[in-house]
Amino acid sequence: MKGYKKYYGQKIIWYLITLFFAIILNFVLPRLMPGDPVAGIAAGAVSGMTDATAIQKVYEEYAEKFGVNKPMIVQFGMWAGNALKGDFGVSFSQYPRTVGNIISSSVGWTLALQLPAIIVGWLLGNILGAVAAYIKGAFDKVLLPVFMFISNVPAFGMAIILLTVFGINLKWFPTSGAYGFELIPNFSWEFISSVISHYQMPFWSIVLITIGGQAIGMRSMSIYELNADYVKYSRFLGIKDRKIVGYVFRNAMLPQITGLAMSLGTMMGGALVAEIIFSYPGIGTAMMTAVRGQDYPLLSACTLIITIMVLLANLLVEILYGVIDPRVKAAQQD
Amino acid sequence: MKNTLRQVFHSPKFVIGFSIFAIILLTVIIYPLVVIADPLEMVGNGNFFKPGTYVSVKDAVEGTHYTLNIDVQSGSLDNKISADDKADMKDWLVKYGGVAEADVDINDTEGLIELWGTHYDPDAEQKGILASKKKYYVRLNNNLKGILEDSDLIIAKENSETGELEQANTIASKEFVNTKDVANRKTFILGTDNFGRDVLTELLDATKTSLRVGLIAGVVATLIGLFLGLLSGYLGGMVDNIITFVTNLFTVIPSFILLILISYSVGQAARGVNLVATIIGLTSWTWTTRSVRSQVISLRNRDHVNLSKLSGHSMMRIVLTDILPYIASYVVMAFILQISSGILAEAQLSMLGLGPSTSTTATLGLMMNWANLYAAPLNGSWWAYFPVVIMIALISFSLNLMNTGLDQIFNPQLRD
Repeated sequence: MKGYKKYYGQKIIWYLITLFFAIILNFVLPRLMPGDPVAGIAAGAVSGMTDATAIQKVYEEYAEKFGVNKPMIVQFGMWAGNALKGDFGVSFSQYPRTVGNIISSSVGWTLALQLPAIIVGWLLGNILGAVAAYIKGAFDKVLLPVFMFISNVPAFGMAIILLTVFGINLKWFPTSGAYGFELIPNFSWEFISSVISHYQMPFWSIVLITIGGQAIGMRSMSIYELNADYVKYSRFLGIKDRKIVGYVFRNAMLPQITGLAMSLGTMMGGALVAEIIFSYPGIGTAMMTAVRGQDYPLLSACTLIITIMVLLANLLVEILYGVIDPRVKAAQQD
Repeated sequence: MKNTLRQVFHSPKFVIGFSIFAIILLTVIIYPLVVIADPLEMVGNGNFFKPGTYVSVKDAVEGTHYTLNIDVQSGSLDNKISADDKADMKDWLVKYGGVAEADVDINDTEGLIELWGTHYDPDAEQKGILASKKKYYVRLNNNLKGILEDSDLIIAKENSETGELEQANTIASKEFVNTKDVANRKTFILGTDNFGRDVLTELLDATKTSLRVGLIAGVVATLIGLFLGLLSGYLGGMVDNIITFVTNLFTVIPSFILLILISYSVGQAARGVNLVATIIGLTSWTWTTRSVRSQVISLRNRDHVNLSKLSGHSMMRIVLTDILPYIASYVVMAFILQISSGILAEAQLSMLGLGPSTSTTATLGLMMNWANLYAAPLNGSWWAYFPVVIMIALISFSLNLMNTGLDQIFNPQLRD
């Protein structure tokens, strides 16, 4: 147990260090952008005013409010202090809405969409890949090229194809948003069914993409494992096929879990862009609004939230890995 | 070298991938030689014209006319009566006309109109119908009569002195023009986009630019990855620790996020195609570094490297002659993947509005972004985005196939 504590302790410390660097990058990079975003908002407020000193005063007031007139390090201190309290400042593009408000209303949608979709896609992909490796023959010959092609369609491309086929031509599912625009979120049956029907297309577009990539990886891992000596030996011993497949699946699974952790960031990035196609009110769409409105408080909060989500997911996968992988387990119990 | 190449071209996967990629590349190179129009010229005045051949109406009217003995009515009927109207006609016939539902075939427009002509009576008793609907049926009936009437169309010219209209020509319904006689015609194989630009020409130009983006991103990423990987793998010690730390850091921080942040921070004005490509390369070197490093570590203590060291060869020479040739296949494979992920990254960035800000070149991502901004999917203009998605998928499919083929050759365990 002591070994485990050390193992997890090291992992957590490592992730905290990474988080620290990520936060600094998140803060500094958007603020390096040339041009003065506050001037834009101030210009809106002073339109019609002619007195130069009054205009100057309004501008200074805004600069004070957004804190852009102080040195970078002071800004960072202020920002970090506020961020810990969940206060990410005021959005430039959707002023006077706060960034915290925008984020908290969109993060739930993104989580509820991406987490199940990636997990379902990953599971289905692994099962299909293992089955293809085991059965071989026609199943494998047909499925493999299909998966290879699908995994190369970008997530937004898959989204737009589903949108065209099932949303516009067949009219099975609504084409945009997360629920009917005439509804107010509540716990009525009508609202929930609307959410579910809006959920289908974004969900399946992410699932399909994930299946493709995972199935190929799992297939080649399984083929590799199926040719391993322990499989041949097990066959000699007369162990049932079903049991051998179980061993193979478990062994081929481990690299797939690492693969999931490694590619999680890329997958989420793709899925975020797919959100835009469906105008799904998640972080991806918020991010696009931020980019178009030159709204760096919102943008850096969005990227920070995504970074934290990816880091947490990675940490979770690593903790899980420690439990599943017998090698790590053995190393910790010595 | 020759042997390796022969082996590579024996892998069916590699050959298929290579052929697709070569076809795309050749098309991109040859097409502009044949069609010399500016790919971003706004030909269409208005957005999203359907694919097809467009002929000048004026030329067609003034040109040579031929009379063909063809029933033109049924041809134009399908065009002029909407599917909704047909459904309504069927409704009326079944409900009030006393026609059995099985006898009405919506797809057979002529038959439907015949049935309509014999059964429809505006004064018939129609229960359970709104007055407005009743009037709609009367209007529909009149429209149908107008369509069925076979009268000549009169072309009039305005007299410049009196301002009166004078009959200049008549066009009978059975008059045709040969499209070859019409001097002014233009074929848009894939229609036009929201700015009225020819999608096919634009697509091929955009593919060229996107391939360039992928290439630059791949070269930058591979060079950085190779350099850092060689350095940390060969030198080991403190340098290795630092480089590994930084590499791990940037593996965990999603590169897509870094890409967004950096692209945003350089500002709208500075973001050209080459800069975006370089930024993509700057954020995606971690994979190459990792694999090069682990390869170099396993090579570092091989006999031939030690021999070189004992012979007093310089580090540069050892790396170039004793290490690089052994990892070349991995580097090439990583490079191929970098190209495809670079193209994808550009597309995703552009969808977010962070792509190259240029009005002089198109990229695949920008085309997607424009199509999406102008709601092409919602108004049914599939030609504005579907070819782009297919093109991105084909490029990355072919590159990945090449990569898998190479992988199977250099890692014999994966062969099946």
